Amino acid sequence: MSGLEVTTGWYLTLGAMLFLIGGTGLLLRRNPLIMLMCVELMLNGVNLSFIAFADRFGDVHGHTVVLFVLVVAAAEVVVGLGLVVAVLRASPRATADDLSALKG
Amino acid sequence: MVEVLVFAVAGAACLVGAIGVVLSRNPVHAALMLVMTLFGVAVLFVAQEAHFIAAVQVIVYAGAIVVLFLFVIMLLGVDRAAELSLGALPAQRWTAAAFGLGGAAVLVWMVAAVDRLYKGAHSYELEAAGAAAGDADAAATSYLTDVSAIARSLFSDYVYAFELTSLLLIVAVIGTVILARRSSGDDGPLDGTHGGDLQQAEGAPGTQEARR
Repeated sequence: MSGLEVTTGWYLTLGAMLFLIGGTGLLLRRNPLIMLMCVELMLNGVNLSFIAFADRFGDVHGHTVVLFVLVVAAAEVVVGLGLVVAVLRASPRATADDLSALKG
Repeated sequence: MVEVLVFAVAGAACLVGAIGVVLSRNPVHAALMLVMTLFGVAVLFVAQEAHFIAAVQVIVYAGAIVVLFLFVIMLLGVDRAAELSLGALPAQRWTAAAFGLGGAAVLVWMVAAVDRLYKGAHSYELEAAGAAAGDADAAATSYLTDVSAIARSLFSDYVYAFELTSLLLIVAVIGTVILARRSSGDDGPLDGTHGGDLQQAEGAPGTQEARR
């Protein structure tokens, strides 16, 4: 136990920081592409926490859950980019605020 | 000591990349910063004996998702510098500030609480749990690094969820094809009664700037 040692808490702290940065960026930015990237940051923070706990407790189920998160992230990005393409084709400089036109 | 060095370098890459995604004006730069974060996370996965997940992270995230982002950016030609100023919602910056600062406060409090928990009174349960986890580590490491262990978990305990992900992917693909398809008659799905709003905003940059 002498000296510095990387513990689970370090990974959890880093994951929480990634989640916070992503969430703050999601609230701050208006470019829909960058907002999607911020969602990816949040998902990566959560993935890091899952792997940290899986390593800490020697449980392989954390890895499986991360695989599912990856699949859901891929599907989310595909649908989100489809929406972005459809919107930006109509108006190349649209921000997320302009999407209030979709309210109907 | 090597572990600490790896964590410091990879963690710094993660944080710099994440902040770069949030603050960069150019979407292309943001996507490249995202790659930096994803590689940092992959290195941290390797440091935690999750080799298969790290490979999948690099292949799926850096190889597919970021390429998809860059493809859309280039395809639509939105790769010029964008405004960093906030949108029309006045409460937005306060919401973002509250989320960021409140989350950071909770994070600091949690780290301090866990630190106190470990360093405080001799909690024999914690020590016992730590010792048990240490014993389990030796056995678990070989278990965790085995891809077949993940496969066994995926195809036995989570087999229904696994099948549902295939359904999710099919729905996502069909939905994207329908969304991004340019139908023969008009310019796209938004060309309804409200499409004119966006077209007008495009035609009059002054209006657009005023909105920002």
